[in-house]
This record gives sequence, C-alpha cells and structure tokens, in this order.
Amino acid sequence: MNIIFLDYASTTPTDPEVVKVMLPYFTERFGNPSSIYSLGQEARAAIEGTRGKIAVALGAKSKEIIFTSGGTEGNNFAIKGVAYANEHKGNHIITSSVEHHAVIEPCKFLEKKGFDLTYLPVDKDGLVNPDDVRKAITKKTILISIMHANNEVGTIEPIKEIGRIAREHNVYFHTDSVQSFGHIPVDVNDLNVDLLSVSAHKLYGPKGIGALYIRKGTKVIPFMHGGDQERKRRASTENVPGIIGFGKAVEIASTYMNEEAKMLTTLRDKLVKGIFAKIDHIRLNGHPTQRLPNNVNFAFEFVEGESMLLSLDMEGIAASTGSACSSSSLEPSHVLLALGLPHEIAHGSLRFTFGRYTKNEDIDYVLEVLPKIVEKLRSMSPLYKKKNKVTNFSSKSAKEN
Amino acid sequence: MEAYSEKVMEHFRNPRNVGEIENPDGIGHVGNPLCGDIMELYIKVEDNTIVDAKFKTFGCGAAIATSSMVTELVKGKSIDEALAISNKAVAEALGGLPPIKMHCSVLAEQALKSAIEDYIEKEKKTLT
Ligand code: FES
Repeated sequence: MNIIFLDYASTTPTDPEVVKVMLPYFTERFGNPSSIYSLGQEARAAIEGTRGKIAVALGAKSKEIIFTSGGTEGNNFAIKGVAYANEHKGNHIITSSVEHHAVIEPCKFLEKKGFDLTYLPVDKDGLVNPDDVRKAITKKTILISIMHANNEVGTIEPIKEIGRIAREHNVYFHTDSVQSFGHIPVDVNDLNVDLLSVSAHKLYGPKGIGALYIRKGTKVIPFMHGGDQERKRRASTENVPGIIGFGKAVEIASTYMNEEAKMLTTLRDKLVKGIFAKIDHIRLNGHPTQRLPNNVNFAFEFVEGESMLLSLDMEGIAASTGSACSSSSLEPSHVLLALGLPHEIAHGSLRFTFGRYTKNEDIDYVLEVLPKIVEKLRSMSPLYKKKNKVTNFSSKSAKEN
Repeated sequence: MEAYSEKVMEHFRNPRNVGEIENPDGIGHVGNPLCGDIMELYIKVEDNTIVDAKFKTFGCGAAIATSSMVTELVKGKSIDEALAISNKAVAEALGGLPPIKMHCSVLAEQALKSAIEDYIEKEKKTLT
C-alpha cells in the first residue's frame, strides 16, 4: 500500500538533491575540517560556505551561526548556556506552557538547580500574550524562551513583539524556530531575537544536524568542551556531510517557500473545511488563521486518538495524536491541556501536517476515510450517545422512499 | 512504542461483541485511573453460566482488543470460572501486550469483575 505521509511536523524525507550533494563528503571529500592539508581545507571551505548560506537565510552573520546536532541540542545549548553564563546577573527565566519538551525539560532541569522559572499560560488558541511577558519580567530575569511556531497545534507566536519587550528590558530572548524555519519567513533582526534554534530534518534535510543562531555579544557557555571547533562553543569534529546537506535544504526551502506555503495553506483550509462539513462534535485546535500553513489539529469528541491513528494506519495514512494513551507517560499533551481542553477531549486529538509531496488527492482520501473511522469508533464508545439519531433516521428513510 | 501483536491488531480491526445488551443481568462500568479511558461490559446469565457478553470502550487499541477478547473468553463460562479470568490471561490470549499497555488489560478484567458483582447483587435482591 502507498503510504500517505501526513506527519511532516515530526520529520520530512530528505530531498534527493540534498542527498546528492552530501554523498561526496562521505567518500572522496572526507577530510577533517581541522586538518591543515588540502583535503581538510576543502571540507573547511565547504562548511564555511554553508554557514554563510544559513546566515543569509536567517538575516544573520556567519560568525553567529553554530552548527549543532539538531533542535534539541540548540534548545539545550541556548537555555542552559545563557542560564549558566549569566547566573551572576539573576536566576529568573520566562518560558511558556506550550513549548516543546526540548525546551521544557532543560527548564525543569534548571529549576532543580535553583533557577526560578515562570511558565506563561496561553489563550484558547495557543497564543502567549506579550503583556504577560512584560509583567513577568523582574530584575532577576536573564532569559525569555518562547517558541516561534507550535509543533502540535501550529499557532505562530507574536515573537517580534515579545522580542521588543525583551530588548527594552535588556533580557536575552531565545526562540525555538524548529517548526517555522524553511516554512515561513524567519529573520533574526525582524524577530528581535538573540538566540534561535533550527533543525535540518524538518525542512527536507538530513537528521542529526541543526544550528543555533547566537547574536554577537550574547554571553553563553560552550555546549561541549574539547577542540576548537565552532569558535570553541561546540567542540566535536563537524558533521560535514550533514552540514552540506543542511545548506542545500535551506537553499531549496528559501527558493520555494512562498509558493509552497500558498499550496499548503490551500490544502490545510480544504481539510479543515471538509472535516467540519463531514464530522460533528469536533474542535479545531490552535489559532484559526495565525498558524503554520501545513498544520491541521482537531479534537474529536468521544473517541481516543491512538485508536484513530491505528485505524488511519490500516488505511495507509500516517498522522499523529496528543492522546494520553499514545504517550509514554500516559499523560495527554501538555499543549492541548494548556489550551484549556479537558482531558477527555485532548484524548481525541489528531494532527495532520502536510509537506512538499502532499497532493490534493491525499486530502480527498483523508476526507473519505476519516469520517468512517470516527463513526466506527464512536459506535464503540460508551460516551457517545447518538444525538442525531432521529435526523439520521429520517434522512435515511427519505432516501429509501 | 513497541508494536502490537498480530492478534491484537486482528481484534482491533474486527472487534467481537461490540454493543449493549438489552436488559442485561450485569453491567460493569470502569474507568482507567492511568490514562482516563472508559469501559462498559454487559453480561447475560442463564443457570449460572454467562451466555452472552458485549462491550463498549473509549480507549486505545489495546483497550479495544482486550475488551473484545475478554467478552470472547467469558462466553459459556460459569460465574466462578469467569471470576478466575485474569488480565494476564486476556493479554496472553492476545499474544501479549507491550508493557506500557498492560494496564488496559487490567481495565478489561475489572470491567468483567464489576459486571459479575453487579449480577450477584441483583441476584441477592431477587432472592430476598
Ligand atoms: S486505554 Fe489508554 S492506554 Fe490503553
């Protein structure tokens, strides 16, 4: 069976063009960029060229880009790095209650180490209120970390405004841009950020490579100690093929971003409209318009997410859920709870995220299959008392006549 | 997460005995304290033997498969035999469950026990 992959927020297939430019760096141009002979210097030149490309895409300077192993590292690096480098100034950090685990967990770690954390609430659409940020800032605040776009519900946060507030108060500002980079415009100056994490595999690049933007002058302690790589901020022999692939992926994304975003928005709105037309007792999660072009997240009452995922998988569709049953902690998604969803409704959440290879027919197929799945599972659910029994019956008998 | 066994998927795909029994002799209604799922189990009893069982479940694949399996296992069993059915037996009959999903089979066992208790309560009342 052909798999219809609608989970691009989790990862993306590596673009064949990307793989092509990476290959020589495994075999022929395998030199260590720290070596002085030409094989090494060739690799050095290649990664510096890529650094430049990524800097341009972010509106940054080459020296402000540090290659990392991905989004989780970037977030850990930024948060712990700023916290420990600025401990003498204060111990207060502000973040939101809808961040990715790669932000929440380092924050919790710091909390245990004596830092003071504020987790800001969000409104029903998942938005952080910039006024809340302003009010939360104290003399001891050293860092604010708010994500650019939410990985579960797609809501795009008012980063520019929060950045302005952070700057007014002289507080470092980090944003997790893993879901937005390559998909919507990301410019470090426009967004007023001091640190920004990105990852290659969310934009058709390889897994295991990413970058952290660190504005010149920002005090951060190194993430890894060892050699002199990455201006001594992140020791370790560079992942040369990964970096080269990342560069190509960013190049492709920058070229097609607007076109792609338009196409994805059309598909997104089609799926949202279609689901609303075909299924009742549902709720669209996340902001209706201020959201990623490729994200659709619904909660279906009276059904559980994992059983929907399994049923979709049997029909060849790959999606994702925030249900407690599918998490290792047996807790529902913290993002959906932060939006104010009751536990049992968070249970029935489904996320579809599209990408470069999603076709109009794929959406038609989902719209054909999903209502049947929801109907079947609802018929098995003790919570579902068929509210429309009467109308269903009469419309059926009308047809039969 | 570890993948489900073929048997679990088969019961998930074609769950047996879904629905409610009209005028059941016992109803079990239990909720899962771990993840918040709900199971309802109905039994029909004749001469101390469970002659029919049906269920409704709001839960994951394992919860649906274990509900389906427990209703299959219990049919034709005496009350005492039915009370002896453990969650492990249900999981085994399904070719095993991922460790994190064992609690769903506990829910199935509890649903059955609570349906039988309900039946015994009702019996006592009719006798007195
Ligand atoms: S019913 Fe929630 S994990 Fe099985």
